[in-house]
Amino acid sequence: MTATIQPPRSGNPSSGKPSSGRIAPKYRRSGGSKGNFEMLAWLFMRLSGVVLVVLIFGHLTVNLLVGEGIHAIDFGFVAGKWADPFWQFWDLAMLWLAMLHGTNGVRTIINDYAEKDATRLWLKIVLYAATTVIIVLGTLVIFTFNPCPVANGVQLPGGFCPAP
Amino acid sequence: MPTKPAGTLYRGREGMWSWVGHRITGVVIFFFLLVHVLDTSLVRVSPEAYTAVIGTYKNPLMALGETGLVAAIVFHAFNGLRIIAVDFWKKGAKYQRQMLWTVLGLWVVVMVGFSIRHLSLALGGH
Repeated sequence: MTATIQPPRSGNPSSGKPSSGRIAPKYRRSGGSKGNFEMLAWLFMRLSGVVLVVLIFGHLTVNLLVGEGIHAIDFGFVAGKWADPFWQFWDLAMLWLAMLHGTNGVRTIINDYAEKDATRLWLKIVLYAATTVIIVLGTLVIFTFNPCPVANGVQLPGGFCPAP
Repeated sequence: MPTKPAGTLYRGREGMWSWVGHRITGVVIFFFLLVHVLDTSLVRVSPEAYTAVIGTYKNPLMALGETGLVAAIVFHAFNGLRIIAVDFWKKGAKYQRQMLWTVLGLWVVVMVGFSIRHLSLALGGH
């Protein structure tokens, strides 16, 4: 007497690969219209997270802990930092990575808690609009900023002006 | 009588509560970031506008708020590194609980140091 053992439904043991023919199309993990976007988003959260730890801890140390700390922060402080391309690119990287990391996090939360399709759609439209505005605004501010502003031919007070 | 399901990495206890904490701190940091980019953008309006708005932040209530924000950031940062270890380190899932207590220990040390320095600067007058 022989006993026939059925192969598991989810895989084909002879090939070692999942037999996708046995899996309904909606449960397949590949070939979907989203491609591997979700995996890339997952990877981005980890990679950007490591970089953001360095960028933000550096940002907090320089702005709050060194010297006289928060008392030093005024227009001249920001102007002095952004007169240096090093801090311009530091802050630019922080802006882009933190906004994309945060936006993807909030996108995940919307997907988890908003049950209606229309609610999810509208919350994401608002989220992506806010993200676009903040990233574009912040980038423009970093690169069009004048550390030594002049109005009507007179230097405005508080600027970071090189000695004439 | 139904029995309670067995604990898993992400249901109940340290695994779930660290996930809850990560979510809440993440949302708090995100909304702060939106405001922070907007207030910093005032440097493009005029030196007076920026310095005036930053000046309104320099009071004891905001100093406590900043300390709370940094507490959220430091937890999110250390717990994020723990999540990366759970995902990429072979023994990460096995030691996730010990790593959470390490995260909380480091968080306390960093926050004690930060609070002493920041609050003595911010509340100490100038």
